[in-house]
Amino acid sequence: MSQTKREMLVDPLVDNNPITLQVLGICSALAVTSSLQVSFVMALAVTFVTSFSSFFISCLRNQIPGSIRIIVQMVIIASLVILVDQVLKAYAFEISKTLSVFVGLIITNCIVMGRAEAFAMKNPPVASFIDGLGNGMGYGLILLLVGFIRELFGNGSLFGVTILQTVNNGGWYVPNGMLLLPPSAFFIIGLIIWAFRTWKPNQVEEREYKIQQVEAH
Amino acid sequence: MSDTQSPEPKGAIAKFLAASPDSVGKTIFIAVAVCLVASMVVSAAAVSLRPVQEANALKDKQINVLQVAGVYEPGTDVSEAFAAFEPHVVELSTGEFVDDQFDPATFDDLAAASDPELSVALDDDPAGIGRKALYRVVYLLRDESGELDKVILPLHGYGLWSTLYGFIALENNGNDIYGLQFYQHGETPGLGAEVDNPRWKALWNGKKLRDDAGDLQITVSKSQPAAGPDFYVDALAGATLTSVGVDNLVKFWMGDAGFAPFLAKLQAGDF
Repeated sequence: MSQTKREMLVDPLVDNNPITLQVLGICSALAVTSSLQVSFVMALAVTFVTSFSSFFISCLRNQIPGSIRIIVQMVIIASLVILVDQVLKAYAFEISKTLSVFVGLIITNCIVMGRAEAFAMKNPPVASFIDGLGNGMGYGLILLLVGFIRELFGNGSLFGVTILQTVNNGGWYVPNGMLLLPPSAFFIIGLIIWAFRTWKPNQVEEREYKIQQVEAH
Repeated sequence: MSDTQSPEPKGAIAKFLAASPDSVGKTIFIAVAVCLVASMVVSAAAVSLRPVQEANALKDKQINVLQVAGVYEPGTDVSEAFAAFEPHVVELSTGEFVDDQFDPATFDDLAAASDPELSVALDDDPAGIGRKALYRVVYLLRDESGELDKVILPLHGYGLWSTLYGFIALENNGNDIYGLQFYQHGETPGLGAEVDNPRWKALWNGKKLRDDAGDLQITVSKSQPAAGPDFYVDALAGATLTSVGVDNLVKFWMGDAGFAPFLAKLQAGDF
């Protein structure tokens, strides 16, 4: 084991973040981040699914036949996702309505499959669990950052509590409506990636090609 | 599960665990076992949580009736406020109340749509619902003097991905729309799901269903129809198929196959 457990947990937060470095899980990050509360629940759901699916898949890793391993992983992931969906419908009905199809779409979230295939199939259960937890939290961190910016400047509130009184409600703040639309999350995630790579220059990928100055003959 | 495989497996189970996972027998066994365990977990969760989910769905439906009638504020006691609404079971073809045949408080008109005794298959099916219940539950709201104030009618139909379930609230003349609201749908968040946007819902307020000649004119479209602004709700940008679905379902349920006979009776002052 080259990584310590602490590294497994902390690495995916910034150094190896699934969204900003691996650029996975973008679809749901665009859709559910218009309010902080929904981002938070989505982050919890994904963290739960990645950590437990990694754990169970790792438990079975020596028994899973190579020919059907993706299907077995999918069955485990899908069951956990349905479990989350059912619990949300029972105990957080309003939020589950806002999340709508995106809870079900955790199944297709590349982060979950990626950790199952790349890590859990080759590592013992506890390490896989921590790895899944770390990656889920890395995803959640970006979701919360984006949700924070979008809700604060798009709606003037945080977790539904008014911070900047908007003009519509008799205040002074003119909300930026674009931030409530999905494309704004693209810009924000792009800016976050820029910030992360300025802070940690070793995340910058090598260019695939360079524009060169060539002397004319 | 063994992480290291012991050199001499003893017993049937140990031998099985140590066997290569790629053998045909083991592949089938693992496939069946994983599916079995997963399906048990999923069904256990679904069954045990259903009562809570149903209570949530019922409360949500009641909140939506209150909202579409404009009497809901956050913090309202839902069941108390909902008690002000008179539920009635309406026979769609005649527009008559049939409360003596069905209990309006418990009659489930959506379940009735799949009961062959209580529904018909639709040949002409613009709303994309397949079968139509013969009876539906409507809600009447009266003012303090007992005069009819508003009537709330259920409607549903297919959008882009999903069936939209909602209510329309009409003024006591049975023609002016007070509001329209969907309580359940699976349209794309940010696009089709904008049917929930308060600004779009507000467009319905004050529109009319029928013109003076009695023709159903209400339209959801990108540009104003010939009938004029009173009958026109602007379609949702970026959600053409959801808008078409809403247009179809409103026309269907307000038309002759839907509540038209009931609304005619309402206008005649029968209730």
